This record gives sequence, structure tokens and C-alpha cells, in this order.
Amino acid sequence: MSVTALGAPAETQRLVLQKKAQDLIFGTIGVLVLFVVMGLLLTLVSDLVVDGAGRITPEFLTSFPSRRAAQAGVLSAWIGTSLVMIVTAVVAVPLGVGAGLYLEEYAPKNILTDAIEINVSNLAGVPSIIYGLLALGFFVYALGMGQTILVGGLVLALLILPIVIVATREALRAVPAGLRESAYGIGANQWQVMWNYILPSARPGILTGAIVGLSRAIGETAPIITIGALTYIAFLPPSPVSASPPFVNFDWLNSPFTVMPIQMFNWVSRPQAAFHENAAATGVLLLGMTLLMNGFAIYLRYRLRRTVRT
Amino acid sequence: MTTTGSPLSEYEALRASPFLRRGRVLAAVMKVVLFACAALSVVITAAIVWVLVSESLPFFREIPLTTFLTDTEWTPVFTNARYGILPLLSATFWAAGIAMAVATPLGLVLAVYLSEFARPGVREALKPILEMLAAVPTVVFGYFALLFLTPLARQFIPGLSGFNLLIPGIVMGVMILPYVVSISEDAMRAVPMSLREGAFAVGMSRVQMAFSVIIPGAFSGVTAAYLLGFSRAVGETMVVAIAAGQNPNLTGDPREGAATITAYIVQMSLGDLPHGSLAYSTIFAAGLTLFVITLVFNLLGFFLRRKFREAY
Repeated sequence: MSVTALGAPAETQRLVLQKKAQDLIFGTIGVLVLFVVMGLLLTLVSDLVVDGAGRITPEFLTSFPSRRAAQAGVLSAWIGTSLVMIVTAVVAVPLGVGAGLYLEEYAPKNILTDAIEINVSNLAGVPSIIYGLLALGFFVYALGMGQTILVGGLVLALLILPIVIVATREALRAVPAGLRESAYGIGANQWQVMWNYILPSARPGILTGAIVGLSRAIGETAPIITIGALTYIAFLPPSPVSASPPFVNFDWLNSPFTVMPIQMFNWVSRPQAAFHENAAATGVLLLGMTLLMNGFAIYLRYRLRRTVRT
Repeated sequence: MTTTGSPLSEYEALRASPFLRRGRVLAAVMKVVLFACAALSVVITAAIVWVLVSESLPFFREIPLTTFLTDTEWTPVFTNARYGILPLLSATFWAAGIAMAVATPLGLVLAVYLSEFARPGVREALKPILEMLAAVPTVVFGYFALLFLTPLARQFIPGLSGFNLLIPGIVMGVMILPYVVSISEDAMRAVPMSLREGAFAVGMSRVQMAFSVIIPGAFSGVTAAYLLGFSRAVGETMVVAIAAGQNPNLTGDPREGAATITAYIVQMSLGDLPHGSLAYSTIFAAGLTLFVITLVFNLLGFFLRRKFREAY
């Protein structure tokens, strides 16, 4: 563009207006895309609710699956999901926090650390069904553990381990360096600094990551199918608590199980529309659980950010 | 002066106290324990590779690799069984390709919008919505694709089967969108403010700045986002297992249904698979193929992503 053209005020004004128009157009496109995506999410939720809400009754939550769609329920599925999540949380959280703590606070800068880092980020990208194959070949057959709640919980724990590790590292990075230095300054050793100062102050961030990880595990279907978990379970695992001593037992770990997403998949794959209603109802419950967990995590993070700022 | 009174020996005495020694021992033990936690991730990867290779070995002993990679039919449970992975691969890439065709333009627009256009308040309000989208279980997306979108789309697209690759592909594109947007936006926001100011100083509009400064500046990060997104789409299971059908079908028409690698593994896992049979080892051969493909894209994505972090 020639200098003389720019010199004319009218020409400059026209250029400014043109660029403002460009920005306005792109901004509108951005908002439109956002609305399309949000609209799709809303359509998905309302489609599920319209199809399935009528099926969500107390009986639906207290009945076993059945050949008759109208009598079928998700009792064994939601109890299975709860028990599997307990195993997943108990395994994934300590291991993930430990690994995150090591990588962020202890790890020397060397090839080994680098290899572990590449590895963790690669594990995060391994398809979930591959974890299912790992569990099938290793836990189920090589170790002979069978298709039990323990194996289901373990495979989901491995699956969400990278999520917990990454969240832990982010939470640790946000801890002010002064806290670490003053703890060392009063003579605490490395572990004492971690346990008494760093971990407590990173706790909300770690908790957020753990919840997000568990909400992903709750909806995972593929690895559980791959280990060959039965889809028709008309009984409950042995109760973890009992009225007589020793009050708690761990027999439930070795029980066959089904989970909510498997139950939903099973019902979606049937041709009858009545089962599709059941699938939609299961989907509403599943969606409700994951969205609640994520909402809680987002709320925690929001509160955390506010307290850090002030 | 006696040596016992010197500050140094007092320090030595204090160090030797049982209380402090216990603390030191615990710290040393925990260091090892934490290292073990971190090293576990390497063990998991090794276990994945070992299981996939050792369980698919019986398959590759029976079927030559060239047959596996070039035969055009996959019928492992038929009487005249054929073992060509091509139909499964083609369906996998069709579905993932359609997903990318949806996620690439939408992801780019959203990432540019969030990083360059939206005010901080708006961005903070919008990010949770994207996270919610990412949190929806994949089996729910499968339901949506099969029972809502496909019947709807069949009214507009002639020849669309009840099971097809098109709709699950589109749904997967929306599904990987939050992931792609979050990585590309990270990369775009890592571009230094001075470059933006320079662009404005030479009279660029915000759009021009985004497309001629920010996107080139964040190129490796944005590319990484798409590579990682593609790897996700390739490994995605439930949407295609539910809505793309379970029939191996070497086709160039996405309106037809065809089983992907993941859908095949799901289908076989649902039936009775005797441990040690050839059918059992086919799912590991398919899994190994899938693992290798995703590994290549993940590693490429990882190094590109690291590059953009180092660049600024």
C-alpha cells in the first residue's frame, strides 16, 4: 500500500473500519461455533432425558437386569460401579500422587527422568481399550485373577494414573517456593517438608485432579468389556460390611460384577425400543454422576484460585 | 578448649540422636517409595508391550505379516478365515479422518477465539463448558450417535445406513474438540505478548494478527494438538462400536457401516473367547496394530508440544 493512500484521512478511516469489521465477523463466527457446540451438548442431554426420564423410578434403582425391559433395573450396575470406583481411587490416588511428587520435587535432571516423563505423557494417550487388553492378558490370565471387581478397579486405576500424576504436578508447581524454603530453613528434612507443608498446601489441586480422573473412570466402558466382565449380573457382590465381627470383609473384591456403562451399552445394542429407554435412563444417571463430579471439581478449583489470590 | 564443646561436635551429637535418625531413615525410605511410584509408569508401558506382543505371537506364527497387512478381508471366525487387517484399518482411518475434518476447523476457530478474542471473564466462563463436554461418557455419545443423530441424518442423506462411519466420525470430532482446543489454546497463549503488540503496531486487525502471527508462532503446539486428537479418535471405542456397526467392510463410502479395530476387539470380547485360541490372539494382533499407530502419533505430538514450550 502506498504512503500517499495512507495519508488521506478518509482512506485511513476506511482501513480502520475494514479491520474492525474483520474482527467483528471472526468474533461472531467464534461465538456461533461455541453456540453450535453448546447446542449439541444440550441436545444430547435433553434427548437422553426425554427418552429415559420416565424410566428413572425407585424400582429402576432397586431391580436387577431382566429380559423384560419394563422390569429391568440397574441395581447390580450402580453397586458394581461404586465398588469398582473404591478400588480405583484407593490404588490410583496414592500411586499418582507419589509419582507426581517424585517427578516434581525429587527427580534429578537426567535421562531416566526424561524417559519417565515421555512415558507418562504417552500413557495418557494410550487408548483405553489397550488397557483392557493389558488387564485381560496380565491380570485375568497370567495372574489368574479372573473377571473380578479387583481387576476392574485396577485397570481403571492404571487408566487414570496419568491424569492424577499431571494434576498432582500442577498442584505442586502452584505451591509458593517460600513455603518450601522456610520449611527447609527450620531444619525439616525432605520428606518432612513434603508431608507437613507441600502436600497439605497442594491438597485441593490434587483432590480436583483425582475427582476429574474418577469421573473419567466412571464412564469408561471399553476396558471393562475387554476383560470379559459379564453383562448379565443378577446378584450382588458380598457386602463389604457385616453386623458380626470382623465387621468388614474383602470378599467383594473377588466377585464378578457389571458397571453402569456396560449395562447401558448392553441395552443400546438391543433392537427393541423398550430397552433403549432403559439405556437412556442409565445414561441420564451416568451423565448426572460425571457432570456432578466435574462440577464439584470446577467449583473446588474456582474456590482454590480465589483463596490463592487474596 | 575441649572438642566436646565445639559447635561442630554438638551438631554431630544432635544428628546422632535417635529422633533425628528416624526422620532421616523415613525420608530415605520415602524417596525410594516415591521413585517406585514414578517408575511404575515405565513398568505399565513395558507390561502393555509385553502382553500385546506375547499374546499376539501365536497369531503371527500362523499368519504371515504380509498377509496380515495386505489381505483385503477380515473374517477370523468364518470357516474359510481370512486375516487381512486392511478393512479394520480403513474403517478406523475413515472414522478418525471424518472426526478430524470436524475438529480441525472448529478447534482452530474456538482456540483462536478463546485465546485472542474472548475477554478473560468470558473465557473463564466458557472453559468449564468445554470440560463438561469432555466429561460426557463415550457410551453416551454412542447412544446419541446411533439413536438420535443417525435417524435424523437419514432424512437428509440418501443411502445412509443405520450403521455408518459418517455420524460416529462427526460425533468423535465433537468429542475430541475440548482436548484439541485446550492444547492449541495453551500453545497460542504461550506466544509472547510482544509479537501481538508488534502485529497491532503495523496495523493488523485482530484476525490478521491471529492468522499471520499467532497460528504460525504456535504452529508446533497446534500441530501437536491435532496429532494427539487424531490418536484419540483412532483409539476411541464405544462410539464406533455402537454406531458404526460390527461388520468388517473395506469401503470407500462413509455412509456404509464398517467395524474399526476397536469395534472388532469389543465385539470379540463380548463373545466367549477361549484363552489360547487363534480368535483370542486376533484381538491382541489388532490391539498391537492400534497401539503402534497411536504410539507414533503420541510421540510426534509429545515432541512437537515440548518444542513449543521451549521456543518461548
